[in-house]
Amino acid sequence: MAIDRISGIALLILSIFVAVETRVLPLGDHSSPGPGYLPLLLASILAVLSVVLIVRTKGSPLWKSVQWKEKFHALAIISCCFLATFCVEPLGYRITMILILGFLFGVLERMKIWWVLVLAFGLSWVSFWVFDTLLRVPLPRGGLGI
Amino acid sequence: MAETLQNLLLGFSTALSLANIFYAFAGCLIGTMVGVLPGVGPLAGISLLLPTTFGLEPTGGLILLCGVYYGAMYGGSTTSILMRIPGEAASVMTCIDGYAMAQKGRAGPALSIAAIGSYVAGTLSVVGLMFLAPPLARFALRFGPPEFFSLLVLGLLVLGYMTGGSIVKNLAMIILGLLFGMIGIDHMTGYFRFSYGVVALGDGIGVVPVAVGLFGIAEILATAGNPVRPEVLKPKLKVLLPSGQELRESVFPIGRGTLLGFFIGIIPGSAHIISTFVAYAVERRVSRHPERFGKGAIEGVAGPESANNAASCGALVPMLALGVPTGPIPAVLLAALMVHGISPGPLFIKEQPGIFWGLIASMYVGNVVLLLLNLPLVGIFVNFLRIPYRVLYPTILMFCVVGVYAVNSSFVDVGIMSAMGLIGYVLRKFDFETAPIVLGVVLASIFEMSLRQSLAMSNGKYAIFFQRPISAAFLGGALILIVIALLPLIRKGIDYGWRRELTEAEKGK
Repeated sequence: MAIDRISGIALLILSIFVAVETRVLPLGDHSSPGPGYLPLLLASILAVLSVVLIVRTKGSPLWKSVQWKEKFHALAIISCCFLATFCVEPLGYRITMILILGFLFGVLERMKIWWVLVLAFGLSWVSFWVFDTLLRVPLPRGGLGI
Repeated sequence: MAETLQNLLLGFSTALSLANIFYAFAGCLIGTMVGVLPGVGPLAGISLLLPTTFGLEPTGGLILLCGVYYGAMYGGSTTSILMRIPGEAASVMTCIDGYAMAQKGRAGPALSIAAIGSYVAGTLSVVGLMFLAPPLARFALRFGPPEFFSLLVLGLLVLGYMTGGSIVKNLAMIILGLLFGMIGIDHMTGYFRFSYGVVALGDGIGVVPVAVGLFGIAEILATAGNPVRPEVLKPKLKVLLPSGQELRESVFPIGRGTLLGFFIGIIPGSAHIISTFVAYAVERRVSRHPERFGKGAIEGVAGPESANNAASCGALVPMLALGVPTGPIPAVLLAALMVHGISPGPLFIKEQPGIFWGLIASMYVGNVVLLLLNLPLVGIFVNFLRIPYRVLYPTILMFCVVGVYAVNSSFVDVGIMSAMGLIGYVLRKFDFETAPIVLGVVLASIFEMSLRQSLAMSNGKYAIFFQRPISAAFLGGALILIVIALLPLIRKGIDYGWRRELTEAEKGK
């Protein structure tokens, strides 16, 4: 299947989802549009564009031709991003960064252990010092206060 | 004229303070590094540095960020010339003749002409910005909600057309961006929209996590695991100077590139990229020896390099005068001003002359700093390319996390950044441009507000957009654009080569 058709289907589902979600918002009328007015209008336009994508697939590459050779790296990195989202406040910035950088340098990139330690500890401490101490941007210290 | 000069003097008194010179210097230095490193574009660089400006005065913060912007524009040319790797998409055309010159042992003159061209173009286009922005702002004082809405419709359609790739896909991304911008409290009624009980989403999703996610994280996801380590040519300082003939051959390309770049920069879309294509095509067309292009013609470096720096200045005209950003980078700069409680728009120049003219003057200072910085330090900058990517990307990832967290001290923003990174990565695989999403997010609130106010003014009649002359003119422009976009569907065989080339360049960056 052409990638334009797949993306068209995904966008059509999204537009239907938005249209359904706007049911809980007052639509208002033309002279006094409510909070659901523009989202519904935009969802309708998106649905039309999605249909164009689904129907007109000329020149679009096929799904099989899309290369995903970096998918394991990408999956590991995006998992680290989500880990940071949930751990940065309970564990603190520095511990979270040591864990993430340690994983990326040590496990994913297979660097030597002493390089991993130097880079993970060094980068997290230096970045903490630059942002928290120097630029006075408060970074979380977590339950351990580190 | 006298008033402009007086204001400029006021600007220089602000820009020449020790602190602001330092910010201009730091911005240019960081920007050049950002431009040199492939994968870290000016947008991600500016977004990451945004939190560091919170503690600064608005003028200082904006000077720093603008320094990063035009520093990155120049920095991208270094890797194009020395390694045939464009540091950012606007340097793609420089690769062709810049690298050919480097292979012939003329890397030094190519870098010098790129620096001189960027300096001249940057300085002259600041003059254009200085004279064009204030009258445009005065004109925009006549705008009411219908005019703003029509202007935004026109701007977004132009963006969809001028960005490379499929127009339908670009328009879908603009709509997606506008929908993302709808998340949070509705300012007119106080309703929570699409926030699903997450209180932190009440303020909506910020432009910084969206921009960093779509450009920084998505780039890391797409390029991590790539073992490429290209050869780095290192020029010597003594061979940096161009010959007399090379200088003479560059004068007119720099002039033409400056003019083209500035005016194309004002148009929404990937203006700085388009300007380099147009400048290169013009140089090849007017050259007496077009056969030299692709084999190391210095005009092929001078024209596009001048054009991309002039375009970055041109892009600031509508942002400062109308409060309407024409691309994702001016959108982040706009967000930076809004963080400091300043809303650019028609009244900005009148109400905040210190900031506007300080910024203008700092651009003159920044261009001098850029010239002084780049030529002697080019050997140092290319060393950044020797840092292995497996060390670089976790470091960039760390700065993405800390930069985004610092904006609101919110882990929800880090989550938004991560989600946007994933969305950006998948969208790239499906040949979608992600820049329109950022612009959609930024413009969503003004877009909605002006539509709803216009409809309230007209008692629900859409005719108001056609009854007011300025609004009708904008919508007329939008209609013409739609017709032009539909023409290839009606008349097959029309050559839209520049759009195809633009798409290829953006893919290959």
